Amino acid sequence: MSFFRRPLVLFSLLVVVALAFFFFPREGDRPDPFDGLVVLDRALSSEPESLDPQLARTTQAADVLRDLGEGLAGYSPTGELVPAGAISWTSAEDALSYRFELRREARWSNGDPVTASDYVLGLQRLVDPATAAFYAGQLGSVLNAEPILRGEMAPQSLGVEAIDDYTLEIRLERPTPYLVALLTHPSTFPVNASGLNERGEMNVNAGELISNGAYVLEERTTNTLVQLRRNEQYWNNQNTAIDVVRHHVITEEMAELNRFRAGELHITSNVPPESFAQVKEEYGDQLHVYPYLGVYYYGFNLTKPPFKDNLPLRQALSMALDRETLVEKIIGRGEVPAYSFVPPGIDNYEPPQFSYANLTQAERNSIARSLYAQAGYGDDNPLRFELRYNTSDTHQRIALAAQSMWKDVLGAEVTLVNEEVRVMLQNIRDAEITQLFKSSWIGDFNDAQNFLGVVEPGAPSNMPGYENEEYLELLRNAASNMDLERRRLFLEEAERVMLADHPVIPVYFFVSKHLVSNDVVGWGDNLLDYHYSQHLSLKPGEQARP
Amino acid sequence: MLRYTLRRLLGAIPTVLLVIVLAFIMVRAAPGGPFDAERALSPDVEANIARYYNLDESLPRQFFRYLGGVLQGDLGPSYRYRDTTVSELIADHLPVSMMIGGMAMLLAIIVGVALGIMAALNRTAITDRVVMGFAMLGISVPVFVLAPVFMLFLSVKLQWLPAGWSSTPGPSKYVLPVISLALPQIAYIARLSRASLIDVLSSDFIRTARAQGLSQGSIVRYHALKPAMLPVLSYMGPAIAVILTGSVVIEEIFGIPGVGQFFVRGALNRDYTLVLGIVIFYAVLIVLLNLIVDLLYGLIDPRIRARR
Repeated sequence: MSFFRRPLVLFSLLVVVALAFFFFPREGDRPDPFDGLVVLDRALSSEPESLDPQLARTTQAADVLRDLGEGLAGYSPTGELVPAGAISWTSAEDALSYRFELRREARWSNGDPVTASDYVLGLQRLVDPATAAFYAGQLGSVLNAEPILRGEMAPQSLGVEAIDDYTLEIRLERPTPYLVALLTHPSTFPVNASGLNERGEMNVNAGELISNGAYVLEERTTNTLVQLRRNEQYWNNQNTAIDVVRHHVITEEMAELNRFRAGELHITSNVPPESFAQVKEEYGDQLHVYPYLGVYYYGFNLTKPPFKDNLPLRQALSMALDRETLVEKIIGRGEVPAYSFVPPGIDNYEPPQFSYANLTQAERNSIARSLYAQAGYGDDNPLRFELRYNTSDTHQRIALAAQSMWKDVLGAEVTLVNEEVRVMLQNIRDAEITQLFKSSWIGDFNDAQNFLGVVEPGAPSNMPGYENEEYLELLRNAASNMDLERRRLFLEEAERVMLADHPVIPVYFFVSKHLVSNDVVGWGDNLLDYHYSQHLSLKPGEQARP
Repeated sequence: MLRYTLRRLLGAIPTVLLVIVLAFIMVRAAPGGPFDAERALSPDVEANIARYYNLDESLPRQFFRYLGGVLQGDLGPSYRYRDTTVSELIADHLPVSMMIGGMAMLLAIIVGVALGIMAALNRTAITDRVVMGFAMLGISVPVFVLAPVFMLFLSVKLQWLPAGWSSTPGPSKYVLPVISLALPQIAYIARLSRASLIDVLSSDFIRTARAQGLSQGSIVRYHALKPAMLPVLSYMGPAIAVILTGSVVIEEIFGIPGVGQFFVRGALNRDYTLVLGIVIFYAVLIVLLNLIVDLLYGLIDPRIRARR
């Protein structure tokens, strides 16, 4: 037992044994499977729910699918709409049909040519009720899509036809000027029939998934890694620089930053709010902050008092919210204060703004106070309401600031209610106890309609329960108008009408935030925050992994 | 022994069934559904998805459909991870959790018990203070603080070890997770075995042994150690279950494909089948581990064996 009496000897021995057991020489670590290959390590903030293009829903799934597959059109690094699977397209006089000429050299990863019937299959599959696709509603304007979704017609009756192997025609129910932009979304990608089983389910296993993009699926571990390998059959393979793309799934923002710092990542998906200032100082031009197609807003429940039929009150709250202070002092990551619902930078659109956008905050506050009084509230009769938001530090900080602004300027008593996100969504849907709620909208494509449709009366996304005949009429006019200039005027007028009604308080417009290593070449910042791996390369000499 | 085991296993069936029923009711009682998002679905699309997963049926019907599947070993599809089934998720991710959990547990037992013995035998010396101070620290510093600190120093500053699971194919990715997971357990086991050994050493039969002139060394080795390990052993059952399934934080921070994360994610995503699958798995695991611990008890302590 004398052994145990020399504790220090024993202790150090144990530590040494334990560590030796785990520490392996760094080199032995790497019989590098990527020897001589160009490997890009990038981060995804959550697991893609599916690599079946028609089943994808989140932006993370779409990020991976844009590497794996290819639609009729795509985007350049700087966000311009460019031909991809199609080399050109024309629309008919009445704008109710589009013809796409397909790229003849396009190949599936198994060597099959990509033909028009593959696109037909993909689109039919999207609207087929049996597929149960989240994005099935996206194609609503294609002929017969809606009755098919309701199960009233067969998927084969969709207005999509292969005229010949390399000509695709899409017929529409109503003009859809943003159709081509819609067709960049992975849910519209073509499908190789031999990759489906007898129930129509796609084989998405690594090594078996048949894809038509720049990469094929090589390895996948749920919640950890999606690894892609160059698709030798891809028509533009000779211009693809990266051999292996490793999409690391990292849900913890701090862990993501640490892995970038450790040299394990070339590109992060985000920057943690609490480290933003430090990161900015530390990394300078490796930090990319750019406007993003999304708006953060507070929505009113318009079906219940106190906000129902009380425009002055809604406007007072909107005016008393000091967005500049919020954006600079509270959030502080380059976000833009929102005085409209549609973000700036949308193609062919100039968002109208609130009438008070150009006033100083002091001027807004004084008008807000008189509107508040006009709405029937005052110091002896303060407005009391609840603001709901889903649990998160950022939402909480913004809500706390808004609460104190409304208290200081108007004397309103706001109770903050934070709920787990699905509980909150259920409460918003029920519209019983909800009064003011936090929400946001991320654009699917670069068109104002995609934002204005959010509060379209009758739309499922219209959580405030906004109703206005004039607004609906203007949106309908815009939808049936093929003249881009006139359409723009209708849409802008619609937003003006909607903003004046204050069904929502737009707070700020999002920005995308990435750390991009200096070794990465070809990175382009863009509004949609799409970054195809095939557009990127690594600096020579940095090709070995960090 | 065999009869005892069989009896225990049969007795566990109603427990597991009850767990399934309760879990089913609770997960369905939570507000919000698996497909809710700020981007609301159109009613047609929502109806199609509900039909696809049989969520349009009545709850009792869904329950019996689910139970029927479970009895045949099918835990159903995951709503969040559409490319896999719940059974596949558990089967794919359990080995990783077992590997990390097993290594952590081994480390924790070896180091923890050794430290405990050291402290117990040197009760007045500085060793005891140092070991117990370390144990206190290990118990009170939460893993979500410890792990990032390790990562910051060993991966970011010194670059000795990878910060993320998927960053290397080699075994060095195990080091930080295993140590982070083991430290609190080492601390706990050290305290437990110290207290237990001190307790045993002051009991009558040890005094008798001393009176018979046995040396301190052989007293500890042949008489005190075995009974002193009983509390550690009974702690082992729940500890293994916790380490296997409860290492959520470690898995999130290091990006480890284990099963622990599905507990929390499944619940947050209202991934009904995944939550139920994990709950069933966990219930079965605890039943089995408790049984194993009880059997081991019998091996160590003849009195318990005799009572059965």
